[in-house]
Amino acid sequence: MEILATALPELGNAWALILQPIVLGYLVLGVVMGLAVGVFPGLGGIAGLSLLLPFMFGMEPVYGLALMIGMVAVVPTSDTFASVLMGIPGSSASQATVLDGFPMAKNGQAARALSAAFASSLFGGLVGATFLTVFILIARPIVLAFGLPEMLMITILGLSMVAVLAGRIALKGMAAAGLGMMIGTIGEADAGGSLRMATYDIPYLTDGLKLVIVGLGIFAVPEIVSLLRQDRSIAKGASLGAGWFDGIRDWFANIWLSVRCSVIGVAVGVIPGLGGSVVDWIAYGHSVQTTKDKSGFGKGEVRGIIGPESSNNAKEGGGLVPTLLFGIPGSGSMAIFIGAVALLGSGDIEVGPGMLKDNLDITYSIVWLLALANVVGTILCIAASGGIAKLTTIRFTYLAPFLFMLISFAAFQSGQNFEDLLALFTIGLIGIFLRRFDWSRPAFLIGFVLSNPVEKFTNQAFQIASFRFRKSFEEGMDYIFSPIVIVLIIVTVVSVVLGIRQAKTIMAEGDVQSGSKRAPLIFLLAIMAYLIVALINAGMIPDYNMTDKIIPLVIGGFSLACCVILLVQMMRRPEGDVIFADKEVAGEDADAPYGLWPTLAWFVGLIAATWVVGFILALIGFLITFFRVRAGADWRMTLILTAAGIGFMCLMAGALNRDFPPGLLQGVVDLPWPLK
Amino acid sequence: MTVSNFTRRAVMSLMTAAGLAVPAAAEVDFSGKTIEWVIPFSETGGSAKWANFFAPLLSEALPGQPTVVVKFMPGAGSTKGANWFQEQAHDDGTLLFGTSGSTQFPYLLNDPRVRYEYKDWIPVMASGTGGVAYLNAEDGAKFDGSANSLKDVDFIYGSQGATRLDLVPLLAWQMLGMNVEPVFGIKGRGDGRLMFERGEATIDYQTSSGYLGGSVPLVEAGQAVPMMTWGALDADSNIVRDPTFPDIPTFKEVCEATDGCETSGEAWDAWKAFFVAGFPVQKLAFLPAGTPQDVVDTYTAAFQTVVDRPDFAEISSKRVGKYPVFVGDGSQAALETATSVQDGAKQYVLGWLKDAYGVELN
Repeated sequence: MEILATALPELGNAWALILQPIVLGYLVLGVVMGLAVGVFPGLGGIAGLSLLLPFMFGMEPVYGLALMIGMVAVVPTSDTFASVLMGIPGSSASQATVLDGFPMAKNGQAARALSAAFASSLFGGLVGATFLTVFILIARPIVLAFGLPEMLMITILGLSMVAVLAGRIALKGMAAAGLGMMIGTIGEADAGGSLRMATYDIPYLTDGLKLVIVGLGIFAVPEIVSLLRQDRSIAKGASLGAGWFDGIRDWFANIWLSVRCSVIGVAVGVIPGLGGSVVDWIAYGHSVQTTKDKSGFGKGEVRGIIGPESSNNAKEGGGLVPTLLFGIPGSGSMAIFIGAVALLGSGDIEVGPGMLKDNLDITYSIVWLLALANVVGTILCIAASGGIAKLTTIRFTYLAPFLFMLISFAAFQSGQNFEDLLALFTIGLIGIFLRRFDWSRPAFLIGFVLSNPVEKFTNQAFQIASFRFRKSFEEGMDYIFSPIVIVLIIVTVVSVVLGIRQAKTIMAEGDVQSGSKRAPLIFLLAIMAYLIVALINAGMIPDYNMTDKIIPLVIGGFSLACCVILLVQMMRRPEGDVIFADKEVAGEDADAPYGLWPTLAWFVGLIAATWVVGFILALIGFLITFFRVRAGADWRMTLILTAAGIGFMCLMAGALNRDFPPGLLQGVVDLPWPLK
Repeated sequence: MTVSNFTRRAVMSLMTAAGLAVPAAAEVDFSGKTIEWVIPFSETGGSAKWANFFAPLLSEALPGQPTVVVKFMPGAGSTKGANWFQEQAHDDGTLLFGTSGSTQFPYLLNDPRVRYEYKDWIPVMASGTGGVAYLNAEDGAKFDGSANSLKDVDFIYGSQGATRLDLVPLLAWQMLGMNVEPVFGIKGRGDGRLMFERGEATIDYQTSSGYLGGSVPLVEAGQAVPMMTWGALDADSNIVRDPTFPDIPTFKEVCEATDGCETSGEAWDAWKAFFVAGFPVQKLAFLPAGTPQDVVDTYTAAFQTVVDRPDFAEISSKRVGKYPVFVGDGSQAALETATSVQDGAKQYVLGWLKDAYGVELN
């Protein structure tokens, strides 16, 4: 009560700070900038904030905060456009949204999906802020109760969502998740610095693959290629069914799901070190488990959007707790935010333990500015969603080149290496085959995302636990089996048991027909070959670096075991069994007028040309050739579209001060930006 | 912008015409140009903070008030960016590069990925920081200015990796005969402090700003006891008490008071060499090889202007810590101290890394 007595006046002060016209003006400015920047998948918040930094120095603190928070808050909102309309996961916060959002767009319900997503985002943001207002006062001891074993268990809970998303053949789902984890271990190990499936001669690999690239490769590339092959619009029949108002009604009908997922979002967001990577999967799993008729998931079930979207904006609020109370950034954009706060005003506001004591009014301003930015951003997004949803009725052949352009640029921004494009292509190829043979792509992505946390927390918790056990047995047991851990174990077990029972009804790839043995078998053998090489590679790490080899060995061994069982099953079962699912046998892909390889060749062409003449020149050639040859557009149309694409690219990259991939040409001749 | 530039140019030409004394540095004019300050780390690290602090001040101080933008080129623990900078030639003086201890350590340790040579680059500014080690309350009670009664305690420390800046504290504790087991794989000192606060780690260290912001409240609450600072360098390169923490003894003092710890010899030289590279000269700003002297002078003058600002001490202490900023010749000297490690010291550290942590860097 004593806390509340001091907190309430500060809350009043905070509102007095926020509700000045000029502060609201800055907030709206930030929101608009955030929405504009948010169209770039995988870049949004960080690029936007970096852009604002030069203006932060000495700025009136609350103005600067309004501007920055306006920008950060709307990124998880605006990247929903890319997830729903194009199947491009814009950030780790919108991976799960793709699963049902994109199928809805394909069914002509893009506007409905978007408005349901935005309504959930808004609500999640508000629930998050309300919860935080009280929680932030008592958060410190609770956050500190989450040690390494607890974090490990939450990660495993996230991983257990694989059970729900494994698809019709559970073994395939588990192997896909295992493969994702193995791909996630590529590079220099965090603990001992050993190299796994990498060499110092290829420096690119030592850093490991970035989430942006894997997300784009696994989800976006296969969808773009598939739609391009079919040469139709995203929305079947090029018509829009339900409108934006239906989406809001959907959200309201599922308001309790939205409440629960918002709370999940805040609660997981509060724990430092986990970030957003698990939240949306846990929320998605929860949505599935609490839905009676599960058959719609993966095919455009609106609850599959409402859950993750409610949680991801709430998570941003939760993520403020470690950022503000401990000075530990929950995400990349929060890290810049901390740096920027130090530049504000006279530099008096220092993010960290002192925030609550010295700057409670500022803390509350931040929390509620975030909520307010959500409201403004959502209203703008809903207003725009009807119009933007029309994109899904355009013939896809006119969209595809721009999407190739966008994803290549986004991929390049993650590491600023030409290799980023190669990695995108390679992962894209894996994605195409996972999709074709009905191996769960969400399971693969969950595996990849959680690979590093699982490894890190396992090693660290093991090290500390063995230290405690050396002191005494009880102390070790107390450390590992804290009450929180036990609760999490129970939740995980329940969710796995339920998940396995439900997995068969959730077909993320739709109803895939089965065909002959040959193609699925070759793909399985290719995966096994990779796993064997990775296992041998991990086995070669010397034993004193056990921390670097144990996880690849265990996970790799497990995945390989799954593959071996699959192999035996494949040999024994007859052709046409579900295990031989193959999209090229029947359905949209099989009936497509264009083949896989000729379509993929366009993308290869863009990458190869970039290698020679650099991105912008390659893009000009690519766009012109594509529109003329593939789309059959006349010259006028071709030139207008090309100019629009190049202009947009240069405008955005110029404003964000970003470079384009250079080619061999740029190594020889000095060219001015944007050609350099 | 254009108008004020025009006015400034007009005024300048008037001044020149009138034969007024114009500083030599003003011959270089960056009007309308954009200076790229490349940082080989991500947008989120300490070096980003450092460059973002200096960028607007530098922009004001350079002739022609160019826009100074900070660009990030992360990868391979900064060796990617540094290797890239090695390839860059002087063009029109609009390229600036920033390094940190994480760039210097692989260079000193002959990391196979290092393809850059510090001696080729031209330093224009250097700045440093300090560090403070502290203990949990229980073990802190046993600390009496020496580590004698801490030798039979098993400590746990959350570490980013033995070849990083953590080399300095790990080697220091080892020299004191303490038994500190590092838990590797954390992503920043903030995570290490959190591990300490949760009671999982029992010993920790923070750089000065991290200590002031996050650990002092722990000390005030009685949950942590400061043990030692790494110290600071005086003009003759002697280790003295850190001016930010005059009440906390330095590692040198603690080592002298502890049985079996020597402040001379191989181990000490090695520790000191890496301490200097990691702390008092932690961050450096460079121009590429072959930059003409007038451009170098212009930058030196600009950084000098920044440092001479009457409010510099005040604005910098809150944002980057109150440690000396070396400019011009000072930065050259700083670079030399930071990158010249005797072969013996280097071999000692390489041997120790291998014996203690199984790390081999080739």
